[in-house]
Amino acid sequence: MTTDLIQAAVYAALLIALAVPLGLYMARVFAGEVTFLAPVERAVLATAGIRQDEGQHWTRYALSLIAFNAAGFALLFLILRFQHLLPLNPQGFDGVPAHLAFNTAISFVTNTNWQSYGGETTLSHFSQMLGLTTQNFVSAASGMAVAAAVARGFAGRQTRTIGNFWNDLVRAVLYILLPIAILLAVVFVMLGMPQTLAASITATTLEGGQQTLALGPVASQAAIKQLGTNGGGFFNVNSAHPFENPTAISNLLSMLAILAIPVGFCFAYGRMVGDRRQGTALFAAMGVMLVIAFIALYAAERAGNPLHAGLVSPTAGNMEGKEVRFGLVGSVLWAVTTTAASNGSVNAMHDSLTPLGGLVAMLNIQLGEIVYGGVGVGLTGMLLFVVLTVFLAGLMVGRTPEYLGKKIEAREVKLAALTLLVMPIGVLAFSALAVAFGAAQASVQDAGPHGLSELLYAYSSATGNNGSAFAGFNANVPYHNTFLGIAMLLGRFGYIIPILAIAGSLATKRAAPPSAGTFPTHGTVFVVLLVVTILIVGALTFLPVLALGPIAEQVSALAGRTF
Amino acid sequence: MSKSSTAEMSLFEPKILQAAILQAFAKLDPRSLVRNPVMFVTALVSVLATILAARESATGGPNAFIAIQIALWLWFTVLFANFAEAVAEGRGKARADAFRATKTSARAKLLVEAARRDLWQYKDINGVAVDDLILVEAGDTIPIDGEVIEGVASVDESAITGESAPVIRESGGDRSSVTGGTRLVSDWLVLRVTASQGETFLDRMIALVEGAKRQKTPNEIALDILLAGLTLVFLVVVVTLPAFASWSGTEIPVIYLAALFVTLIPTTIGGLLSAIGIAGMDRLVKANVVAKSGRAVEAAGDIDVLLLDKTGTITFGNRMADAFEPVPGVGERALAEAALLASLADDTPEGKSIVDLAGRKFGLAQTDRDGMTFVPFTAQTRMSGVDLADGTSIRKGASDAIIRLAGAGADPALDAIIRKIAMSGGTPLVVARDGSILGVVHLKDIIKPGIRERFAELRRMGIRTVMITGDNPLTAAAIAAEAGVDDFLAEATPERKLELIRKEQAEGRLVAMCGDGSNDAPALAQADVGVAMNSGTAAAKEAGNLIDLDSDPTKLIEIVLVGKQLLISRGALTTFSIANDVAKYFAILPALFVTAYPGLAVLDIMGLGTPQSAILSAIIFNALVIVALIPIALKGVAYIPTSASALLSRNLAIYGLGGLIVPFIGIKVIDLVVDLLRLA
Repeated sequence: MTTDLIQAAVYAALLIALAVPLGLYMARVFAGEVTFLAPVERAVLATAGIRQDEGQHWTRYALSLIAFNAAGFALLFLILRFQHLLPLNPQGFDGVPAHLAFNTAISFVTNTNWQSYGGETTLSHFSQMLGLTTQNFVSAASGMAVAAAVARGFAGRQTRTIGNFWNDLVRAVLYILLPIAILLAVVFVMLGMPQTLAASITATTLEGGQQTLALGPVASQAAIKQLGTNGGGFFNVNSAHPFENPTAISNLLSMLAILAIPVGFCFAYGRMVGDRRQGTALFAAMGVMLVIAFIALYAAERAGNPLHAGLVSPTAGNMEGKEVRFGLVGSVLWAVTTTAASNGSVNAMHDSLTPLGGLVAMLNIQLGEIVYGGVGVGLTGMLLFVVLTVFLAGLMVGRTPEYLGKKIEAREVKLAALTLLVMPIGVLAFSALAVAFGAAQASVQDAGPHGLSELLYAYSSATGNNGSAFAGFNANVPYHNTFLGIAMLLGRFGYIIPILAIAGSLATKRAAPPSAGTFPTHGTVFVVLLVVTILIVGALTFLPVLALGPIAEQVSALAGRTF
Repeated sequence: MSKSSTAEMSLFEPKILQAAILQAFAKLDPRSLVRNPVMFVTALVSVLATILAARESATGGPNAFIAIQIALWLWFTVLFANFAEAVAEGRGKARADAFRATKTSARAKLLVEAARRDLWQYKDINGVAVDDLILVEAGDTIPIDGEVIEGVASVDESAITGESAPVIRESGGDRSSVTGGTRLVSDWLVLRVTASQGETFLDRMIALVEGAKRQKTPNEIALDILLAGLTLVFLVVVVTLPAFASWSGTEIPVIYLAALFVTLIPTTIGGLLSAIGIAGMDRLVKANVVAKSGRAVEAAGDIDVLLLDKTGTITFGNRMADAFEPVPGVGERALAEAALLASLADDTPEGKSIVDLAGRKFGLAQTDRDGMTFVPFTAQTRMSGVDLADGTSIRKGASDAIIRLAGAGADPALDAIIRKIAMSGGTPLVVARDGSILGVVHLKDIIKPGIRERFAELRRMGIRTVMITGDNPLTAAAIAAEAGVDDFLAEATPERKLELIRKEQAEGRLVAMCGDGSNDAPALAQADVGVAMNSGTAAAKEAGNLIDLDSDPTKLIEIVLVGKQLLISRGALTTFSIANDVAKYFAILPALFVTAYPGLAVLDIMGLGTPQSAILSAIIFNALVIVALIPIALKGVAYIPTSASALLSRNLAIYGLGGLIVPFIGIKVIDLVVDLLRLA
């Protein structure tokens, strides 16, 4: 156990050491202060006919984003549908069915990367590289652009504009995602990941049997899938596959890549709003929740499955569905980071986590993907909670609530309250519909409360734009492909548009200089308050259904009851 | 000073409570309920629960008894919320009735010709229009708001201000406006009508305290939206529950879902929100301040900068003798004697204070005025004094005037004294006997006692105080330092005042000020919170958004506190309400699911009697807590002037942590009672 905790501590230390300078660098990128690729940047923008640094009102910013994502969706949808007509298809895969193409296209455009498909058995290299990997970059960059725009809006002084979407998009790709992804991919190749355009090879095993070894451009996709909190793997089993995550070092690097940019955004935000303490406070609040989640999940897995008490070595904990290569802590840490960060890549099967371990993973997503969360959107999702917390508790200091000196008024509260509905609708309403229509019963592998967890996890993962699968749930049917697709759209734009609107509204406001009477939004009291607010809102929304799912499973297992 | 008796209303006046009980039922009218989304939803669920209970009883279902009780308690939840609002309104109504009683005169003496005061006719007050000229004579009640255009009279304003001493009202200047409902004690006035019947000051005040025209304040609207949002979230949670329950092979009676829903939605704050708002206005009225809008009261809580006039607010407004400073060769006592004699007939506060100081310091007193000839102060001579029977002449006055009178050359010692006094913010009054200068009386602006502490308090709350004065910067700086204000504006003119407000606002600060003169009007209008003195001009009262009936400039501080308390009460009860939900889950969820998964009994950490009693106890607690919190809603959460972080920690500990813990205890106790009475 001690070595486990040392591993976790080393990971945390490395993460912070990477994220702080990265965050400050990103702030400079979005301020237009990093210019080493300026000629490329100018060329790209000029080709697209964009005037550099032309400020956009939040509505134009949002429309640009939506138009760009809609075009990306259309393009990806067509690539997938017609991949049999396109080059780089050595396996000769057929075109993807419409509902699956719909689901997959939305999934990658919304940075969810939910895999209804099995990558190596469904998609051509062309689809993977030009279709999916492109979206891996630009969907991540879209989220980062939103964060940059929101930070500008929050910091703005009576201005109508919150930056230029096209500029932010290009800068995010050019200065942040591409350089780091290339570096990471090279390291991955060195660690043994394949990077080839060749077809699968068939090998004869020692027992004389035949085994198909799928190959392809794995390293390049694995790098950006982690970095951009995408999570869509080259292989169906994602980073549990030895070609996609060969060693303990690649495991560590992958986990660092998952959280580096989301954590970095806390510090970027602090710098962009001109008060580093604000960023640190958000970092601390998210960190507290991450640590709580890790401890809970680790404790649950360490305790193991109560039904198997005495059958397996008590020191091993629950190793079902985990890679021995990574061990318990390597898998638990991954499970926490990937669900907390809306990444969705997995190196262990979440279906095989203990009931309470699964609950932690699921709740991480259901809280709204704000514990660092997706690149950019994790920060902005957290800011929505900040707005609500400031409003609720801010009244208690006897002033109209303020954040960064700006009054939080009816308009901001309305928009933030609206986003409170996203997770309940996407998770609870859509899951309940699936039960009511019998679509859930048909797709779920297990009876009883675990089956309910499988269903809930799928819709949580889609709405939270996480993309990880609990497994044990056959999503690749028209009903679920469609509704999961809608849930992903809701979970993406249901947060992005309101927070952009709030940023647009705050940008126009006067900022009052802080005084002793101002509600302090840094420091311990606020951090605790923010965490408690998030946990209470999350718990109040999901406790009933979690009681019927994982909690019921746990108490039943304790009583020796199976389903 | 005697205040009107309505100010001392007890929290639960039996008469008000009786009326409020009736009102609670009257307020079940959907048109009135719909103003409050949370309570409207609760009422809808109550209707549903009633139908379910009736059906259950008709079919003799097993849950009939519990269903009826749940339906009943749901209705109680709505009624208790209505009751809270009705009590708050009732207190306002009692005050309004007191005001209404002063509106007795139905006729006005309308002048037929503007120039002739003797030609008038009675006209019904409803027929009097703005800008009509009316006459009011001694003994008349002033029928309507107006501005004095002719005459001087003393007016008894006790009906409105509670102040029994009559005040002078005269044309021109800053004391020219009169309020309908007040009474002329002497003389006569010709008034120009400034408000038509139904829109007078008194009418506005009545509407305000009755809550009739109450508009939701900006923060209240925002809070309403948040509560509606939370209600929607819980709607999704509860409506989807049957599907998940069916998955788990169990069925939850709809009446239990109704109970769960109502306990989860923020009924506590939803039920008390309007009572808090009305009570906040009521507190303001109790402080004898009339707000033209609720927005202004809320803005008062947000104030960053307070502009305060020096005279009357920070200092008593009169200079008082503080010390005798003789020139070399003259005794202090001799100077005091001369100053005393020169001031015997001087009735100004300065004069009196010299007599007083001489008495205190040297036990001097002089009652015998035989043979004395007093020389009054005039603007030309700028001195006053006395010629004694023996021909001695004593003069006191402005330094240059006396020096000129004495005809003496420059005296460095005298100059030093004069300069020292001026530097310290005082006024030098030079005294001379028979043309030879004896010394200087140091007249000083006396800072009101306690005001320094008040400013320190404001500073802790994050409010900066700025003193406005017409004095020169030197004097102003000295007084500012002594009074403990943060900043000052010297040699202030209305333009500079306006400029200062604009500057502060441009930097994002909210500014409050008070004023009474017509030349204050632009600044009052520009300020975020402008408090006009009731004794001031009509223009000032029109420009301000609050009016202080007592015309007490320090009231501004009171108003800020009321505004803050209003916001804190809302925030604290909202936090309490939401924190309550945690305990309710631990009561209701195991009750609903324990048949499907017996192991979920571990969630029942309160160890409640039966599933039915658990649900019933939660809903009873939910209803009763509204009643229990009515006193806090009406009185407001205690406000301690301190920094925001200290305040936040304190209120979080009480209302946040308390909100988590209290319902666990409350529900357990109610459950014990429910079990004892075998209600479930």
